[in-house]
Amino acid sequence: MKKTIQFTFNNKPTTLEVEDNQTLLWVIRTSLNMTGTKYGCGFGHCGSCTVLVDKEPTRTCLTMADFVEGKNVLTIEGLARNGELHPVQKAFVEHDALQCGFCTPGMIVNAIGLLYRNPEPTRQEIIDGMHENLCRCGSYGRILDAIQSASKEMKGGKWL
Amino acid sequence: MATRNYLKIDFKDIKTYVNPGRRKFLKRLGGGILIICSVGDFSSLHAEILQSRPMPTDLNVYLRIREDGKVELYTGKIEMGQGVNTSLAQMLAEELDVNLDDVVMIMGDTDLCPWDMGTFGSMTTRFFGPPLRAAGAEARAVLLKLASEKLKVPLERLVVYEGMVQDRENKEIKVSYASLTKGQQIVEKLKDKPPLKKPEDFRIIGKPVFRQDSTLKVTGEALYAGDIRLPGMLSARILRPPAHGAGLLGLDTSALESFGDVVVVNEKDLFAVLHPNPERAHQALSRVKAEWKVPDPEVNDRTIFEYLVNKAGEGSTVDREGDLTTGMNASSEVVEEKYLNAYVAHAPMEPHAATAEFENGKLRIWASTQTPFRLQETAAGLLDLPVESVRVMQNFVGGGFGGKSNNQQALEAARLARITGKPVQLIWTRKEEFFYDTFRPAAVVKIRSGLDNEGRISFWDYKVYAAGERGSRHFYDIPHHQTVAYGEWGGSSGIHPFAVGPWRAPANNTNTFARESHIDMLAHKAGMDPFDFRLKNLKDPKMIRVLEAVGGKFGYRPDRFPSRRGFGMACGIDAGTYVALMAEVEVDQSTGKIKVRRVACAQDMGLVINPQGALIQMEGCIIMGLGYALSEEIRFDGGKIHNQNFDDYEFTKFSWIPEIQPVFIDAPEEPAQGGGEPSIICMGAVIANAVFDAVGSRIFQLPLTPERVLAAMNG
Ligand code: FES
Ligand code: FES
Repeated sequence: MKKTIQFTFNNKPTTLEVEDNQTLLWVIRTSLNMTGTKYGCGFGHCGSCTVLVDKEPTRTCLTMADFVEGKNVLTIEGLARNGELHPVQKAFVEHDALQCGFCTPGMIVNAIGLLYRNPEPTRQEIIDGMHENLCRCGSYGRILDAIQSASKEMKGGKWL
Repeated sequence: MATRNYLKIDFKDIKTYVNPGRRKFLKRLGGGILIICSVGDFSSLHAEILQSRPMPTDLNVYLRIREDGKVELYTGKIEMGQGVNTSLAQMLAEELDVNLDDVVMIMGDTDLCPWDMGTFGSMTTRFFGPPLRAAGAEARAVLLKLASEKLKVPLERLVVYEGMVQDRENKEIKVSYASLTKGQQIVEKLKDKPPLKKPEDFRIIGKPVFRQDSTLKVTGEALYAGDIRLPGMLSARILRPPAHGAGLLGLDTSALESFGDVVVVNEKDLFAVLHPNPERAHQALSRVKAEWKVPDPEVNDRTIFEYLVNKAGEGSTVDREGDLTTGMNASSEVVEEKYLNAYVAHAPMEPHAATAEFENGKLRIWASTQTPFRLQETAAGLLDLPVESVRVMQNFVGGGFGGKSNNQQALEAARLARITGKPVQLIWTRKEEFFYDTFRPAAVVKIRSGLDNEGRISFWDYKVYAAGERGSRHFYDIPHHQTVAYGEWGGSSGIHPFAVGPWRAPANNTNTFARESHIDMLAHKAGMDPFDFRLKNLKDPKMIRVLEAVGGKFGYRPDRFPSRRGFGMACGIDAGTYVALMAEVEVDQSTGKIKVRRVACAQDMGLVINPQGALIQMEGCIIMGLGYALSEEIRFDGGKIHNQNFDDYEFTKFSWIPEIQPVFIDAPEEPAQGGGEPSIICMGAVIANAVFDAVGSRIFQLPLTPERVLAAMNG
């Protein structure tokens, strides 16, 4: 069954026709043509497919598309403002916190969600908050450093 | 030495052909200056790379200075995270004297780039680097000649800085590369080796440079093969057997009739359903009922080791010196042991993906592959097309580690595109990814060795089964020794029950785990500290240097052994690079869980092109290596693979990572060696040795799971 949903997608009001058993992941990747949100496992184990739904990191492979009705969805493509990277994106660049880059969008989005909840996390809190995001290339240490320095940079609520 | 031997392994299945796209490419060149040269121009490389296969007769480096002064580097290499798009650009910018930002990398496109065997074996820097630097130097010479004519200044008075040629004596007399190139159409073939810059003159090589592709990757703009969107494209799902070796008995597709608009492809060996919406395709496939005959399992993850030893057949001698019997007679102690390791998956975060389009007899493929030219060739063969009708285009690859060389997914997508007449995208599910992975082989190593009264190793009798010989040659000072490798490791045939293949530093993880564990056993028998014991039994100055360097960094003080401090060490050679690691672990005596607190790593990789990139590769190796050391293990019964996703195949997570203490040995006069793999080879042994030091029990099988730790502790 098809149905029409309305939501805010990367800051733009969006109306979309979806099947009722479609996941948000593939709607974003196909209907909305935004491929920065990645398929890594399809079962919620890796975090590559993470987006923010009303500021909450959400695994789109486990989320039905109609769940976002009336909500605010932000993907990796929607983070920069007026051509300026989000502080977390910038911190990833500055710390060389990526290799193949496939886990990167999910890492960044999850980190931003973490900073919404806890703007000044300790290193251990970052580890706990990021724990279910996987990176096979082994960029973990640099990702932790990047998030820590972004949280300092964002003090005072910059971009939160 | 070791280098040469592993090359033989990596190259054995690659054929060579002349890329017909070349002539087209040369013709297509507009303005600018094109420099071309071949790996074959470098006779020393020639001997080393190509001893076991014919020369590629094609040109291997294209380099073009555009009329706007930008320099395009065309290479068949690919970027999968290892950072060669940055280090190659650095080498070129250095020799050509341009800004790093002026180098434009064009990678892995079979229509545009020169033929290349593939990106693996830590060979990019070692073997592609020298001709690339030479091409840069040649281009610089051509530009200087033009500048000399134009400025009417003798060559020896000219200097170049950031793409600007100046008269040394009058800085006002100058001309940019861009204006020299304008209106030119010069093609230069590199003849002799032009002089390369000396390390003391480097401005860009040897300086830490951050990745050049990170902005694309943090914004989601970087495209991977599964991110290509084409009009009218179908997503494919393919029917898969439940086990390797299973035969299809019957197929009931009746449920599809009421399903609506799916496209069904039903060929003898390929049943697929396709739909513009990948989830519809997935749902459609799940309605198809298939009946399979699964052969009775002959072997499983518990019995595999005996099975491999029995199947391995004749061995081939890798190395031998002296006489084992003489060595044995001189021994006061003989130590004999067996070391095992499990099958391990590559598990890159990006599953295999491909997008293919077949139009007017021409095939275009975007694929996550480490071997675009091999794919071009095999796709042409499969679809019976001339090679030049197939174009493989490269995007970013989301991790490879040796696992993205077979191209099965791309060939499947290509077939489906041809059959359906529509563009087809195929992204493997994680389950397919585990099922069709070319695992790192399970393996057995048997070592028999002896000690004399002085604490010296008197003989060494080493047998490796089913893993391969890379890294099997020891480097200790042993008068009587023999190393023999038994059994196939690569390809789909061979003695393994399913496909295996190269996995980051193939065979060397297995061999280093066995050798370095055994060295510790000998140290223990000799009543010596393992650091002192190694130094006593080493003669190779490079190895001694890395070992001492890591000891210094780690702050190691020799002690009684085991010392209960949880300190371990291991060393090895891979891809020409020397490494030594030390680790500190903590073992939970009640659960058997190992926590690795810190790892120090010293590496001698000759000239380091990009210290930042080298450091990141070292960190990546240590972090990835924790996985195979502690938890990664494929479970199977016959051809049935039990691991299907990351919940039943655990590897390193955020909470596991240790403090990392890196040391790079400064050796800029030495040729650049591989850096993407070496430090991973020691991870099994360094942790196993640290566990022994912590609890006094040794584990002879990887991974070092809590169960194995407990079993070892309880005798
Ligand atoms: S793809 Fe959603 S968590 Fe892995
Ligand atoms: S950067 Fe490759 S998986 Fe994280």
